[in-house]
Amino acid sequence: MAKVNVTVKILRFNPDVDEQPHWQTYQVNDVDETSQVLDVLHRIKWYQDGTLTLRSSCAHGVCGSDAMVINGHNRLACKTLVRDVQPTITVEPIRGLKVIKDLVVDMEPFFAKYKSIEPWFINPEPPPERERLQSQKDRERFDDTTKCILCGACTTSCPSFWANGEYVGPAAIVQAHRWIFDSRDKGTAERLKILNDRFGVWACRTAFNCVEACPREIDITKAIGEVKKALTFGTIDF
Amino acid sequence: MQFHKHEAVIVGAGGAGLMAALYASKSVDTAVISKLYPTRSHTGAAQGGIGAALANLEEDHWEWHAYDTVKGADWMGDEPEIEFMCREAIDVVIELEHMGLPFDRTPEGKISQRPFGGHTNNITHKPVRRAAHAADRTGHMILQTLYQQCIKNNVNFYDEFQVVDLLINDGAAVGVVAYEIATGELHVFHAKTVLFATGGFGRMWKITSNAHAYTGDGNGIAARRGIPQQDLEFFQFHPTGIRGMGILITEGVRGEGGVLINNEGERFMDRYAPNVKDLASRDVVSRAIYLEVMAGRGINGEDWVWLDIRPETVNKYFERDDIRNPDGTPRRIDADYVRKKLPDIADFTKTYLGVDPVVDPMPVQPTAHYAMGGIPTDVNGRVLIDEERTVMPGMYAAGECACVSAHGANRLGTNSLLDLVVFGKSAGIDMARYCQENDWKPLPENAGQEAADMLERIRTNEGTEHVATLRTELQQLMTKNVSVFRTQELLDEAVVEIQKLRERYKHVGIQDKGKTFNTELLQAWEFGNLLDLALLTATSAAARTESRGAHARDDYPDRDDEHWMKHTLAWLQPDGSVKLSYKPVRRILNPDGTYKYPAIKRVY
Repeated sequence: MAKVNVTVKILRFNPDVDEQPHWQTYQVNDVDETSQVLDVLHRIKWYQDGTLTLRSSCAHGVCGSDAMVINGHNRLACKTLVRDVQPTITVEPIRGLKVIKDLVVDMEPFFAKYKSIEPWFINPEPPPERERLQSQKDRERFDDTTKCILCGACTTSCPSFWANGEYVGPAAIVQAHRWIFDSRDKGTAERLKILNDRFGVWACRTAFNCVEACPREIDITKAIGEVKKALTFGTIDF
Repeated sequence: MQFHKHEAVIVGAGGAGLMAALYASKSVDTAVISKLYPTRSHTGAAQGGIGAALANLEEDHWEWHAYDTVKGADWMGDEPEIEFMCREAIDVVIELEHMGLPFDRTPEGKISQRPFGGHTNNITHKPVRRAAHAADRTGHMILQTLYQQCIKNNVNFYDEFQVVDLLINDGAAVGVVAYEIATGELHVFHAKTVLFATGGFGRMWKITSNAHAYTGDGNGIAARRGIPQQDLEFFQFHPTGIRGMGILITEGVRGEGGVLINNEGERFMDRYAPNVKDLASRDVVSRAIYLEVMAGRGINGEDWVWLDIRPETVNKYFERDDIRNPDGTPRRIDADYVRKKLPDIADFTKTYLGVDPVVDPMPVQPTAHYAMGGIPTDVNGRVLIDEERTVMPGMYAAGECACVSAHGANRLGTNSLLDLVVFGKSAGIDMARYCQENDWKPLPENAGQEAADMLERIRTNEGTEHVATLRTELQQLMTKNVSVFRTQELLDEAVVEIQKLRERYKHVGIQDKGKTFNTELLQAWEFGNLLDLALLTATSAAARTESRGAHARDDYPDRDDEHWMKHTLAWLQPDGSVKLSYKPVRRILNPDGTYKYPAIKRVY
């Protein structure tokens, strides 16, 4: 495996001591090209500077802890390989949320938006004894949006969200889409009502940043478009 | 220090914790405390499926599921508990569907199921389709579905709070102490019942499928508070981790027809498990890979093999073995089918290996995956503190950190997600009952002070030892000495070396002295849990002079039912030594006094 030396520039901020965020540069040598940016950040934290602060958990792109801005793009540090971003790697916290420390931002507003679209199964009919039936086609209809891991990479890449923090944001719309287009769910009317707001889907200006940012390769703009269409025509296109 | 009061306090927000919260919160004031945002929990990494004999595609019975589990456990599982889990499986999977979980579907619209290792038709002994799944992100969908239900039911969440101590008064659990990660403030939670659902501790090995967060926090706290750990010597190495990284490649790949191939191009599981081949239980497959490597048949003579799901390979073996669809037609797959059934696997291999699994085979090696052992509990999650199964009032555990024991010496694939929801549910129900039947017990004097002192010691210690260095040494030691194959010499050496590491750990110093989001402090504390659990694991393993399930000894190659059909209980003593004791495996007797599940040699 090829080894490389990398220079890592990290935007740091510790509210206990810093007035302003500032850049700090680290040198990390003999890094496998195929290792993750997360591995490099851990090497810095574990062997150079214990004060460097970030979130991480699963380390293979399914838990959503380590969204950050890497070389200007919203990425998961564990799904970004060194060979694709070397030799100089710049790392910043995701934008539009308050920085708690270094690469850790306050995710509470993000999860509040998620909760605002009532992200749970709504169906007042008593369930059958066995499973509800659903055709393979109906299941396929919302498959893409079930992949969302709530990492926040999309919402924090969105110019509309940066301009107005009230905007519910792409992640919450993706989560709403997952239910609106699930043939078993009966909460469509109330979810569409929530999203039919100038801070709902209509704040989306189709900048497509979210699609580029999504580590799960969800076609987010398409999902938002489908929700807009459902609002415009008053019907769900299953 | 802040004080809170909730009748039911649940530590950990994975599948077990959230399922328990859902049930406890129906009738009592419930709080979930988690060091991660709930959707970050490692349940979300589970891929292939959840086992239940729904019989949606072919004949199946929960009794077959129970037998397969007893056998998979190498007769180390407690049989009444296994039967409970497999019987409840059907209702609980239907319940998840009723919560909106997006399972894949059969052509008739029912929940889709696929084969998985060790799950068989008990008549033909061929693989049976029992793993209910949502693509290859079943755990992700379970985690999200349960979290959604908890939000809907207004469960109280304390996200990014690290529980660091258990509060006990007069032998009963009465609360926990938690560290608020964002602020560094300590919080005392007064409770009538406490549930630990803190997950596993595979991070003591170098190659692991486990999250960085999997540091055995609940087990470590419990051990230091005098609660024994059961059967820690049984730790599962999953056969198919991505080479060098350990990232899990689901057994569902083999469930869909994938095969393991050695350097000679041979599908070697033919030799190790003539009936079910690549779908033997995980301990058997991991040992087979290891033996192939030892025989020089690893790829390029190295320590890994190929996992091949390319349609041409799969169809070749389907044809050779006459594998058929439920309707009797010959089974064949194509690239589209693989992409649809295993999209995340394709994503992982593309990201980390630059490999498309329908074009190229995947390089794999065994990866430390799952703790069969843990905090001893009964079927209602109640913690059992001795050989007589004495219940500790108010204390519960569920999920990977617990040991019911439904998995014995080796867990079957899909039974971990099942364990979470079945035992999470029964624990939640029993916590609510306990809360309603019992008054508040007072907190111990100076509640939280010990935890405060302990964290302050780590934060301000001027020691020269370094956590990352010690952790690397521990991981290398465990990988070398307490791995797929073990010997007395290796295990005894591990115990001595771990004690040295524990001594050095006392002199750890950290750089971050701040209060705000001090993850260096927490990682230092977490590593202490790994060390304590490694000691208990190695000590338990060194004592067990037999091979059973995941505990394979070169020097004692056979299972020894006469001496060793018993569970290990390991106590961490205040002086740092380990006390071992044993309790019998719970067997079920037929009316005529014979065993319902006679212990026979395991053959797949």
